[in-house]
Amino acid sequence: MFIENLILALESLKANKLRALLTMLGIVMGIASVIITISIGDSLTISISRQLSTFGTTNIFVLLTEVGKGSLTSTSEVLGGGSGTVLSEDDLFTDEEIEKFGKLYSNSIESISFSLPVTSGTVRDGKNYANVSVLGVNTGYLDVNNVKMETGRFISQKDIDGYKNIAVVSDRLASSIFYTQDPLLKEIKVYNNSGIYTYTIVGVYKYSKAGILTSSGRTSVAEKDLQTQLFIPVSTAKQYTGTKGYSTFALKSAQGVNTLRFAETTEEYFKKLNRGSDWTVTTVNMENELATMIQIVDTVSGGLALLAAISLIVGGVGVMNIMLVSVTERTKEIGTRKALGARRVNIRSQFIIEAMFLSLIGGVLGVIVGLISATIAAPIIGTKMTVNIPVLTLCVLFSMGIGVFFGYYPAEKASKLDPIEALRYE
Amino acid sequence: MLELKRIIKKFYIGTENELTILKDISLTVRSGEFVSIIGPSGSGKSTFMNMIGALDKPTSGQYLLNKKPVHKMNDDELSKIRNKEIGFVFQNFNLIPKTNAIRNVELPMMYAGISPGKRTKRAKELLELVGMGDRMKHQPSELSGGQKQRVAIARALANNPEIILADEPTGALDSKTGNMIMELFLKINAKEKRTIILITHSEELALRTSRIVTLSDGRIVSDVLPRQPQNFANFKRM
Repeated sequence: MFIENLILALESLKANKLRALLTMLGIVMGIASVIITISIGDSLTISISRQLSTFGTTNIFVLLTEVGKGSLTSTSEVLGGGSGTVLSEDDLFTDEEIEKFGKLYSNSIESISFSLPVTSGTVRDGKNYANVSVLGVNTGYLDVNNVKMETGRFISQKDIDGYKNIAVVSDRLASSIFYTQDPLLKEIKVYNNSGIYTYTIVGVYKYSKAGILTSSGRTSVAEKDLQTQLFIPVSTAKQYTGTKGYSTFALKSAQGVNTLRFAETTEEYFKKLNRGSDWTVTTVNMENELATMIQIVDTVSGGLALLAAISLIVGGVGVMNIMLVSVTERTKEIGTRKALGARRVNIRSQFIIEAMFLSLIGGVLGVIVGLISATIAAPIIGTKMTVNIPVLTLCVLFSMGIGVFFGYYPAEKASKLDPIEALRYE
Repeated sequence: MLELKRIIKKFYIGTENELTILKDISLTVRSGEFVSIIGPSGSGKSTFMNMIGALDKPTSGQYLLNKKPVHKMNDDELSKIRNKEIGFVFQNFNLIPKTNAIRNVELPMMYAGISPGKRTKRAKELLELVGMGDRMKHQPSELSGGQKQRVAIARALANNPEIILADEPTGALDSKTGNMIMELFLKINAKEKRTIILITHSEELALRTSRIVTLSDGRIVSDVLPRQPQNFANFKRM
């Protein structure tokens, strides 16, 4: 009987192709928009996790935040190496504090990184130039920030203890200034407003775009003018800035340590240390950030999908409308069928299956349209297309469900028709 | 085989417009009879036909079909009676549009739950019987009125019903085609021994049947066997 009705439904839809297609359109658009929002949401989630995980989910950023301003939600302030607000010297984390903390939790910590921004300037050598930002760093910076060395070495403890005027530069700078020459042990001069600083190059690191913050990749600066970081010993940096402390530092938790929990431990530890009443300590962990961001994306795409699903109801009403028209048009046929022995259930299932089939085809078309649109849209938003099979299946089933739900009333109406009156209907 | 006892049918019961269409009708039809029911418009013919066809139930009275009490049946039981015991032939053919002849004939068998293979075979046999063997795949829109009625007759025969109930089957046809359809009914009655009840307002057609029941104002006013000369004369005089 089901197959009979399916054939009947097909024949009926075939008889009214244009009408069926227009009715389906609502379902097609609804399902397509659900697919598009969910696909794009999924793609965003995946690319966010990919980008954030390049920062290392085992890293904990410790920073000072102004009381009353709430916690920092943007990682850019953390990674940017300090906020713009002026901190008094007493508020800052000191070498001693960090060292003491590092010793206390040495089992949980793989390395600690702190850095001190000094200045921005230009390295010049004859006609050649390169923009740099000078950053005083400790030895742990390499590990925590995942810096990859090309040649030479990174800043050592010896360099720090000896206040050496040495520098580690990017491969970009090296090639801009020295072309193919070996840059190691060459001297470079950094020019800025306050003067000229001279360093000896001891190492070259591989420049990489810093993940999420510049992930758009569309810097307005020309490739050649790109500013790269020039690392010098933190002790040397302190001589220029005159500061003794840091507004932020980062640490990498040891393997097997619960980073989230250790971040809390760290936060509590530094909160206990007496600081001015204006400032408090916050820790930021990528794992945490990742979860928060994914949650935001999920909520937004979920909400959009829900809106799209509401548009499906509009499509369903369209199906119901056309089914009512169809029942009225076919009153005489229904009467004939009843006279020939069709029971109420036969008539009802005939129309429900027709409505279901109509919506099902709409659903399948919607999935196809949705997938095509998402494939086209994904590169425009800068993500990769992802196909979520359970969602696709659910969409198809849901469209069928809509057919059954909105087809029920017209079908019931048809099944209740009085055969005598239906036969008399013109 | 078919027994109607003291059938009364009223409409708009309990309102000011209460109408009594059938007023105490009793009729017995034996197996193999070819009965015509005639009467002017408004005589209650259609209501009576709906009653016999199990499309409607009497307000009071009994309707026994092969001893089964049709007047007591619910909707689904009535559907079953219409499906198995009665074959309908309508004035306007009532073929399902955009559905070919075979599938139209198969329809009652589909509702009876007969397997597709069996019913296609039977549908073809029936279409051969009514002389439509060469147009089995045609849509109703591709058939003439007479051809449509032949398909409808084949459909009425599908489930081997006890009774063929034909409501003005020649009413929408020209006299020549109507005549051919009448021949077909006579052939089915004679060869297949099928009981046929023909509702018509045409005396000419009625005269070719074996029994004429005349209805007027909701009552049976005459019930004659025209093939016996004496009765035929009586009928003519009326």
